[in-house]
Amino acid sequence: MLNANKLSFMKNKSLISITDYSRDNYLKLIEIAEGFEKNPRQQLLEGYVIASLFFEPSTRTRLSFESAINRLGGRIVGFTDASSSSVKKGESLKDTILTVSNYSDLIVMRHPLEGSARFASDVAPVPVVNAGDGANQHPTQCLLDLYSIKKTQGTLENLNIALVGDLKYGRTVHSLMMAMSNFNATFNFISPDSLRMPDTYKNYLDEKGIKYYEHDVLEDALPHADIVYMTRVQKERFSDPIEYEKVKNVYILRNAMLEETKDNLRILHPLPRVNEINEDVDTNPKAYYFEQALNGVYMRQAIISSILGLR
Amino acid sequence: MTDKTRSVSAINEGTVIDHIPADSLFDVLSILKLDELENQITFGTNLKSERYGKKAIIKLEGKFFEDDEINRIALVAPEAKLNIIRDYEVAEKKVVGLPDEIHGIAKCMNPKCVTNHQNISTRFRVKDKKLVTLKCHYCEKITDKKHLEIL
Repeated sequence: MLNANKLSFMKNKSLISITDYSRDNYLKLIEIAEGFEKNPRQQLLEGYVIASLFFEPSTRTRLSFESAINRLGGRIVGFTDASSSSVKKGESLKDTILTVSNYSDLIVMRHPLEGSARFASDVAPVPVVNAGDGANQHPTQCLLDLYSIKKTQGTLENLNIALVGDLKYGRTVHSLMMAMSNFNATFNFISPDSLRMPDTYKNYLDEKGIKYYEHDVLEDALPHADIVYMTRVQKERFSDPIEYEKVKNVYILRNAMLEETKDNLRILHPLPRVNEINEDVDTNPKAYYFEQALNGVYMRQAIISSILGLR
Repeated sequence: MTDKTRSVSAINEGTVIDHIPADSLFDVLSILKLDELENQITFGTNLKSERYGKKAIIKLEGKFFEDDEINRIALVAPEAKLNIIRDYEVAEKKVVGLPDEIHGIAKCMNPKCVTNHQNISTRFRVKDKKLVTLKCHYCEKITDKKHLEIL
C-alpha cells in the first residue's frame, strides 16, 4: 500500500487535464483504485460535502461520481443541469464557483464550454475535478480506461490498441492515446476518412517514436489487438448525409468478427452505446464495457480521496 | 537624423518604434493603449522599406516602456526595433521578443473556449516564438498566426 506522502502530487490539487499527470501518477492512482475495488465501502468522506455541478446533463458520469462519493460516506450538493441553477438567471461561472466553494470541500464540474474547468480551478479556493469540459478534457474517463486496461491485461506496457470510430472529435480517444503513449503502445486507428486522427496527435506520436497505423476497415486491426476501444460515429459530424450513409455500418463490431482475435482481447467503450457494438457481442467474455463503467466508480473514489488527502 | 526617418518628425526624449509591418500599425497602437496617452505621438505608415516593402513607425515623446510592456507587440510586429532617444540622439537600441506567456491581448480562435463566452481575460503559453503559435491556458487549443485576432 502506498503511503500518503507519496500522493502529495494530488493533495488539494485540481484534476483538469490528463496531461497534468505523469506516468507514475497514473500508476499510483491505479494502485489506489485497486484498494477500493477490494474494499469499496470506506467511510473516508464522513463529514465532507462534495459539490456536483452539472451545467449540462450527463447522467452516466454524474451517477458514477455520486456513487463513488456515497460509497465513501460523503454528502453531495449541486445541480444536474444549468436550467435548475442561478446560471439561468445570468450568473457568471466565476460567481457560481466562488459561491459553491463556500458550501463544499471539493467541486466536481461538468460544463459545455472548453476551458471552463481550468478557469474554475483558477478561481476556486477548493479543488476542482473536471467531469468533462466540452470537447476538451474528461480526465476521470481516461483514468478509468487506464485502470480497465491494466486490470484486464495485467500491464499497461507494450500493448496493441485499436481506436475505432470518430477519431477526429472524440476527446476520449485523444486522451487515451496521449496517456498510453507513455507505455510504448502500438496504435491502430480505424475511422472513416473524414474522421481521421488529427495531425496534431499523429505528430505527437511521431515525436515520441510511437508506432501507429491507419485503417479504413475494422477487421484489419482486430487480429493483433489487445484492446479495441470503440466510439460512436455520430451523424451530426457529417456535413454530407450521403457520406454518413456510406460509413455508418462500416464501424459496427459484431460477435462473428471476434472469432480470430487474441484470447486476452477486451472491448472497451466509454458508453452510451448506440449501435456501434452489436448486442450479440455483450455475452462474449471479451466484451468489457459494463465492467469498465464499474471501474469508473473505484477510480473516482481513488481520485476524490487522494485529492482530499485521505488516501 | 537620416533621410529615412525625416518623414515623421523627430523627438527630443522618448521612444521610436520602427520596422512595424504597415498592416499591424493599428494593432500596435491598440496593444500599447497609445490612444489613452497624453504624450505627443507621431506616426507614419506605408513608408518604404527595403526589407519589408511597407512599414510603419511610431514616435513617442517622453514615453519609455518596460520590457514586459513593449514585448507584447511582438505578436503583431515580431521584427520591430526600438530606439530610445535622449536629447535627439539614439541612446539605446532594443529588439522586441515574444514573452513566454501572453495575457489579454489575443483572442482564442476556439469558438467554444470559455474566454469567448464569459468575462475572462485570455491567457496563452507561447509554444513557438518563431511561428507565433499560442496554446490557450483554458481550452488547450492552439491559435496560430493565421488566425490571430487582437482584442
